[in-house]
Amino acid sequence: MLYLVFLYAPVAVLPLFSFNDSQYVTFPLLGFTLKWYAQLADSQGLHSALINSLKVGVSVAVLSTVLGIFAAKAVTRYRMRRSGLLIGFIMVPLVIPEIILGISLLMTFSISEVKLSLVTVGIGHLMLCTPFSMLVLISRMEGFDQSYEEASQDLGENAWWTFWRVTFPIILPGVVASLLLTFTISFDEFVLAFFLAGTDSTLPLHIWGQLRFPDKLPSTLALGAIIVVLSTVVIFAAELIRRSGVQVGGKSKV
Amino acid sequence: MNSTAAEHSLVARFRLKFRRSETLRGYALLSPTLTVVLLGLLFPLAILLTLSFWKQEYVDLIQTFTLTNYADFFEKKIYYLILYRSIRISLFVMLATVLLAYPLAYFIAFHVKKNKIMWIILITIPFWTSYLLRVFAWKVILGYNGVINSGLMSLGIIAEPLQFILYNPIAVVITLAHAWAAVAILPIYVSLEKIDRSLIEASRDLGESAVMTFIRVTLPLSLPGVIAASLLVFIPTVGDYVTPALVGGTRGIMIGNIIQSMFGKALNWPLGAALSIISMLTVTAVVCMLLGATHLFRKKVA
Amino acid sequence: MSDVIISIKNVVKTFGKVVAVSNANLDVVKGEFFSLLGPSGCGKTTLLRMLAGFELPTEGSIEIDGQDVTLVPPNHRPVNMVFQNYAIFPHLNVASNIAFGMRKSGLSKQELAQRIDQMLELIKLPGYGERGASELSGGQRQRVALARALIKQPKVLLLDEPLGALDKKLREQMQIELRLLQQHVGITFVFVTHDQEEALTLSDRIAVMDQGDIIEVSTPTLLYEQPKSQFVADFIGTMNFFDCTLTDYSDDVASGQCAELGEIRVKGQQPVVQPGETFALAIRPEKFSISFADPASSVNTVEGRMGPSAYLGDRSHFYIHIKGRDNPISVALQNLSGVLDQKYSTDKTVWLSWSDDAAVMIRAEK
Repeated sequence: MLYLVFLYAPVAVLPLFSFNDSQYVTFPLLGFTLKWYAQLADSQGLHSALINSLKVGVSVAVLSTVLGIFAAKAVTRYRMRRSGLLIGFIMVPLVIPEIILGISLLMTFSISEVKLSLVTVGIGHLMLCTPFSMLVLISRMEGFDQSYEEASQDLGENAWWTFWRVTFPIILPGVVASLLLTFTISFDEFVLAFFLAGTDSTLPLHIWGQLRFPDKLPSTLALGAIIVVLSTVVIFAAELIRRSGVQVGGKSKV
Repeated sequence: MNSTAAEHSLVARFRLKFRRSETLRGYALLSPTLTVVLLGLLFPLAILLTLSFWKQEYVDLIQTFTLTNYADFFEKKIYYLILYRSIRISLFVMLATVLLAYPLAYFIAFHVKKNKIMWIILITIPFWTSYLLRVFAWKVILGYNGVINSGLMSLGIIAEPLQFILYNPIAVVITLAHAWAAVAILPIYVSLEKIDRSLIEASRDLGESAVMTFIRVTLPLSLPGVIAASLLVFIPTVGDYVTPALVGGTRGIMIGNIIQSMFGKALNWPLGAALSIISMLTVTAVVCMLLGATHLFRKKVA
Repeated sequence: MSDVIISIKNVVKTFGKVVAVSNANLDVVKGEFFSLLGPSGCGKTTLLRMLAGFELPTEGSIEIDGQDVTLVPPNHRPVNMVFQNYAIFPHLNVASNIAFGMRKSGLSKQELAQRIDQMLELIKLPGYGERGASELSGGQRQRVALARALIKQPKVLLLDEPLGALDKKLREQMQIELRLLQQHVGITFVFVTHDQEEALTLSDRIAVMDQGDIIEVSTPTLLYEQPKSQFVADFIGTMNFFDCTLTDYSDDVASGQCAELGEIRVKGQQPVVQPGETFALAIRPEKFSISFADPASSVNTVEGRMGPSAYLGDRSHFYIHIKGRDNPISVALQNLSGVLDQKYSTDKTVWLSWSDDAAVMIRAEK
């Protein structure tokens, strides 16, 4: 139980002090205020960073999920020689420190004279998110029998229609889960963005910038509080979708 | 006429081979993902390796093969010491995280009857919030004028702020152990959940006590999850630089900070690349040693 | 032959180094109920999947209705399949499942709805169209899978152990229904099963497979009564084998000498070996009769001692030890007169005899 307190303490600190009417994050609390939130609404830099993060997050989520579907389908539906090696290869970003991925991409872009921008951030995030997407979708694909796809082919559908009429509806919860997961990862990612962003700012970069100014501290707490609440909502939504997916899976049992 | 027929049959033969070979069709399906990863991962890593053998002179990269950067690492003790410290901190983080995560995962897997997923979600929620903000929250909590100090002072327990809690390796370990908790809980939980309950009942039935059953059955069977958790925590934390930068102070600096500075203030990309390569090799070596140790452990228990 | 619907020629299928099907040759006749029978791993399912197009033969060719379909993908073959787990699409209701293959049929919505109702009528599930896939029992799933395939009016219907997941009572009921359905629609059925009883009940003809080989293709009666190999004789039902040597064959009567049985005589069968050579004599448990007095003739009879017995309701099994034989002979008797008779008690001396058309001569396998 103490461990749970340990897990939740930092998350609780953010909202608590975001309503505190003081420049400093110290006890005792000095009174309730919403001014830090009001300050957020006026911040121009925050708005553009938020929009940048959303752009990158959505593109990365869609692209990595598409790549994940390809890979998961290949891995679960075909007997391939040496596939283990290739899968391990795709999984590499999971086990190398992000900083190394970040600097190698930075060098690559610099040497090939690609200008740093949101696109380069997106490429970095794509590397990071694809393995996650693949893992989520592999587990979903393994969960349903290949005979559904065979039945569709047997009833006269080609691969394309089989995918849209059978595979996609059945793995849909996995696809949604993958989209949410990869979006969250990208939205939250700092290290790669730090190296690859150029002049554009993403939300974590913006926060990093704010941390240097003590007077911006309370409004950063307010921002953190908002993010905590929003991500909680998203996670519960994802779980509800996943549950409806469990039912579909349950139906497939004989 | 003849040659087109030959070409035609060649195409046909290839299509036939393609239809027959699951390997080929599987690879075709895998190829988009593989291409992206090839360009975005393997190629950059190759460049990293190449650059580590170049040399920086002011703002120019000298593109001739040299081992200077690697020599630097071994000659200047500071890099060596910081890498050693990073590994040690990460090992502590790994131990702390796994030791704290295991009981919780065990509790959810074996003692929670309903709504296990809800528990998992509740535990992982803190980790869906920004990593940066969580580290920052720890800075706020542990700081000189932070939550703990001001709280204890306003309660009258202490008169002066405690100084030893921020800007040292312990603060780094605490923060990282918190930041990576979910990564450790999930694989351990999954491996515990997979264990067939009848195996545990069988062990009890065959006369082992609850404790011995845990040591001889549950623990070995959950070992894959523990190993996965350990590696998933250890490997990325070695390279972390956000946490040391925010809560570590000068005594908490890790190799990630050094590498990062080579790409910032210090502006020595080749040295940064060489340090990255050395770090990766060291991490790989440590991982191999860890895996070897667990292998021995498993043999012993069996 | 114009009435051959499936023609399998020299088909070989290997997975890496594993040979799943080795050189299969088989013709299936239009309108028949044909079964592929064999123990698990014998290659019967692989052969069926090659007919459906899910596996491509490594060698050889497959013709369906006179057209070479060896390399034709599954969606272009005039066959449909009922899967072992039925593969009822979990995200669609019963009607949409049945209509799945009709996307390109060109039927109007109304016509299609009518066809679906007809199919539901046929599988005795009228009014089930709106049911979700998860609301169906095992037997109902099986029927929906049948309807989904039959609505396509395939030239051949392939069935991969469709009754395997059902319990015994339901399975027997479905066997009868399946047979009636097949006669009603007149479509060729190719049915894969490992259950020999099921194959005997349902089929017009059966191909028995073992380790990738088709051992024997015949009617149920001939497979049971006159198997051509020890494997088939042993796999289908119970069989007692004896090592014998052929001494003479004349006037449709084969005489032989067996180490355990003494002199034997078989009438009405062409011997599988030349006089002087050895063969296996096979006798079904129910072909024996048991008597308590030494019969007058010493041909087709043997003395033994009663071993353990097993009561099976409609019949009883007796195990009878004879001199020079390790495992007892299995004998089955109908329980015509109530409770098992006291006279069949253990250790009693008995004589087994059988008529000269009851035993089968089979080439011995080493």
